[in-house]
Amino acid sequence: MNRTYELMFIVRPDMTEEDQDKLISTLESAVSSSGGSVKNIERMGKRRLAYTVRKFHDGIYMLLTVEGSGGLIHELERRLRVTEPVIKFLTVRIDEEQQRLDKIKALREARRKAAPAPAAETGTEGAAVTA
Amino acid sequence: MADETRAVPSTPSEQSGASDRPERSGERRGPRPGGPGGREGGRKYFRRKKVCKFCVEKIEGINYKDVRLLAQFVAESGKIVPRRLSGVCTPHQRRLSVAIKQARNIALLPFAGRAS
Repeated sequence: MNRTYELMFIVRPDMTEEDQDKLISTLESAVSSSGGSVKNIERMGKRRLAYTVRKFHDGIYMLLTVEGSGGLIHELERRLRVTEPVIKFLTVRIDEEQQRLDKIKALREARRKAAPAPAAETGTEGAAVTA
Repeated sequence: MADETRAVPSTPSEQSGASDRPERSGERRGPRPGGPGGREGGRKYFRRKKVCKFCVEKIEGINYKDVRLLAQFVAESGKIVPRRLSGVCTPHQRRLSVAIKQARNIALLPFAGRAS
């Protein structure tokens, strides 16, 4: 149930701010009604597209980080597909990747604490204790 | 193939003298290591040791969003640079190619740039 997804979608460049807000609030309500939670919403602004999508050369990028089940993503994607201004979307599952990164970070911290601790006992450690 | 092209001029030089032969072998070795480190067949001398950029800088997560990082590993034509040219190690190359393909799907990178 605690899967974290990152949903990036591109909206046509001639969409107004309020329409964008309306779209985001629709998505948020869909998320909360299916029992998920929105972690983060980021607007990445207008960017030039690498290739023409539906005859558009620019697009407004938006990033939505959601925590929920797979069914929730199914629902969100269905909505995005139907919404006319949205021209492209991509969903990536990020909780497993996050777990892997956290594990590596934890390993690095443990290694860093274990290695310099016996070596720096006489030097910096002593200074830190007195300070 | 290279051996065949050298064989023809070397036979008349053998007749002329042994002094030509060390020159010729020096010539053959000269341009070879200068070229891109693609040829592996039986070269005994050093190619400059290519290191994996991700292993050296300890970059952990390769995200599809950082286009600047990904664009370093994409050729001008839009193709993904092979491992033997970029020097990336295998697990990082796999993750890198996944990230590049995701970026292509969301129009951050092109599928095909100019014609190769």
